[in-house]
Amino acid sequence: MTIRNVRDHGQRFRPRMACLKKVESVMLEMQDPKTGVKSQPQRLVITTIPHAITGEDIVAWLTNCYSIETEEAWALGTMLVAFGYIYPLQDHKRLVIKPDASLYRFQTPYFWPAQQWPVEDTDYAIYLAKRNIRKKGILEMYEQVQYNSLHKWMNHKWDFIVMQAKEQYRAGKERKKPDRVVFDCQERAYWVVHRPPPGTVSAMDYGLERMVDPNTEELVLCLFSLFSSLVKYSVTYNKHDPFLAPCLPSNPWVTDDVTYWLLNMANVEIPTKMRVERWTFSFAELLSDPRGRDDFRLFLKKEFSGENLAFWEACEDLKWGTAATMNDKAQQVYKTFLTRGAPRWINIDGKTMEVTVKGLKHPHRYVLDAAQTHIFMLMKKDSYGRYLKSPVFKDTQKRAICPDQHMFSVSQLEANARKRRPSISPIIVRQLEQEERARMATSGPVDITQVMSKLSNKGKEVPPSKK
Amino acid sequence: MSIQDVSPCVKCYIMEVQPNETLTNLKAESDTLKTKLEDERAKLHDVELHQVAEKVDGLGQFIMKTRRTLKGHGNKVLCMDWCKDKRRIVSSSQVSVWIIVTFSEEHAVTMPCTWVMACAYAPSGCAVACGGLDNKCSVYPLSLDKNENLAAKKKSVAMHTNYLSACSFTNSDMQILTSSGDGTCALWDVESGQLLQSFHGHAADVLCLDLAPSETGNTFVSGGCDKKANVWDMRSGQCIQSFETHESDINSVRYYPSGDAFASGSDDATCRLYDLRADREVAIYSKESIIFGASSVDFSLSGRLLFGGYNDYTINVWDVLKGTRVSILFGHENRVSTLRLSPDGTAFCSGSWDHTLRVRWAALIGIHIFGTRGTVV
Repeated sequence: MTIRNVRDHGQRFRPRMACLKKVESVMLEMQDPKTGVKSQPQRLVITTIPHAITGEDIVAWLTNCYSIETEEAWALGTMLVAFGYIYPLQDHKRLVIKPDASLYRFQTPYFWPAQQWPVEDTDYAIYLAKRNIRKKGILEMYEQVQYNSLHKWMNHKWDFIVMQAKEQYRAGKERKKPDRVVFDCQERAYWVVHRPPPGTVSAMDYGLERMVDPNTEELVLCLFSLFSSLVKYSVTYNKHDPFLAPCLPSNPWVTDDVTYWLLNMANVEIPTKMRVERWTFSFAELLSDPRGRDDFRLFLKKEFSGENLAFWEACEDLKWGTAATMNDKAQQVYKTFLTRGAPRWINIDGKTMEVTVKGLKHPHRYVLDAAQTHIFMLMKKDSYGRYLKSPVFKDTQKRAICPDQHMFSVSQLEANARKRRPSISPIIVRQLEQEERARMATSGPVDITQVMSKLSNKGKEVPPSKK
Repeated sequence: MSIQDVSPCVKCYIMEVQPNETLTNLKAESDTLKTKLEDERAKLHDVELHQVAEKVDGLGQFIMKTRRTLKGHGNKVLCMDWCKDKRRIVSSSQVSVWIIVTFSEEHAVTMPCTWVMACAYAPSGCAVACGGLDNKCSVYPLSLDKNENLAAKKKSVAMHTNYLSACSFTNSDMQILTSSGDGTCALWDVESGQLLQSFHGHAADVLCLDLAPSETGNTFVSGGCDKKANVWDMRSGQCIQSFETHESDINSVRYYPSGDAFASGSDDATCRLYDLRADREVAIYSKESIIFGASSVDFSLSGRLLFGGYNDYTINVWDVLKGTRVSILFGHENRVSTLRLSPDGTAFCSGSWDHTLRVRWAALIGIHIFGTRGTVV
């Protein structure tokens, strides 16, 4: 579920990209061992910080490199600090360059600002929690306010957050002291940039969002963000992976009890809580689960936009169907959804309609692709979000069940093993579906949504198969 | 590129050029330098996957147990596939094709064939496709009558000019995607046997393929003896991406569950992860102690684990994000030739040249998940 949060400065189309690339090339030059800014280890309180540079050296280097005046170099240096590429070791909350002997360090690329990777509140919550664990009362006033607010609206995943915080804290303690100090500085600097203290000017502020996605022009892709999305997927699905978390009530292969499969059948009336949670991960996830799709269909029906989903399904049917029936199907789709005055007319833009209608003169299985993509994106960006907030979904969510974990004794397990039976043959399931379809067809004009919802209620009252 | 865009170190280099150098030479030089700068910049982006995954919890110790051992093929098991009902599988060997309801260990159907190297279950669960040295892929509609001779109703769909190495139904029972020793892949209409699209681009035998999981996806990936993994657009027949970092034949390819990446297993004893948007290899799963080729790979449901079946009779389980091996499984007495996760991710099945198929589940130690009191089953 995408929760729009102004604090993380938008999820898409942030227009800061162009300057980030340029800054990164400057950083590269600044860190050149021969011609970059000269660095040395500095003693700071009781620890030694490696590779520290002074403000005046930075300004001098910039002056030299770009052949500019000191004042301009000073301003440029401040921007580098404001964006988080260089951070101050003293007075860490003021993101400016002081052209004196004040100390700075280059921020590690891991913490550089990235266009595609939004700075998530979850990570901020983990960071604050971690600092809280380290020493209670260490959070500043504004951080405490943020912490309380995050605790409130992230309550449902607070356990996860605390767990991560503890783990990071523990992992941190295992590092050598100098490394730990350096990392802590880097991390702190990162959060000062991305969650600035109140009353300060933030370089991350960029004004209105753009309509055009600058990321599509990007040639040198940021690997960091791509990897992050792979990581994020795994972490999101972690609890749903039977190899990493328990199946409730139990994994049928372990206990020989098939309740798990029965509770998760395609057409159950009441789904499980885990299943419903998956529908919130992405629109594709919702559509690919027949029960989820049914729920979505019900919602659309109440909004009188059921034709979008019906059209999408018809397109899928055309794409994956037998070659022989393709022409007929294409014509049927045209008559039902696209032509003027069609009974289930779908709303697509003029250009797409033109391209589609033209293609239908010589139909092939991908002729509806453009229209299908348009409708898919429409549902994904508009209907899906509203569905997740709708009474239909909330009701399903409320009624969803969470079975208790099975606790079988050894003898019960043996009994389970003896009771193993083959399930209904898919052949029988299909026969029943075909019979149902035939019955619907003989009873007057077919509303495709009715057929689908009726079919989805079937499948439970099947006769036991012959052994 | 103007002289202003170039860093000071590069400027000095250009200034030292001899007076009789031509302008074209200079331009060539500056172009090379520009590429070098780009490389340097790219290196800054060269984070490793495991670095990004640093903040993620490590995986603990696993127990993995075999829950079903299916004997009866009496011959080397070459391929297997799960039915969408999560309980049945189809498996093929040198001499026969079996449909087995693995959950209750009931052998449903046997079909005598020769050297069936590829088999697949139809999405409806009402048919299977298989083929091999006969250069064909045939579809067999299944029947409730155990004694019915399925071979009589078989339908020849695909015709290649060399052995069939892999086959897969698309989103319906009506289309099949095949790959062949003749170096091509092809998409067929089951009903008519018509060739809908062919995919040319591999320079040698194509050994494996996998369809992209996304809802609107129309792509698939194939791997071949030319060490290349190619991503194809099913509509146009074009190869849209190609990856060539393996050092030997690619035996198996499988998409990461989100569809943004895929893994491959090769005779060079490594498994690799390729990210489609980054357009490059992003992880290698290897160990000095693993010398023999990987024959088949599959991901767990969340994509966190990668299971690889190897020619040294073992199955290695990798932490996809951290790049480390989590577990090694023994039990097979000959090469592991095929390995698939069940459709809901509750177990995986491995087939081997030792004539058996094993279905295994796994659990992290420390998580109370067994649903059993007392001993671990």
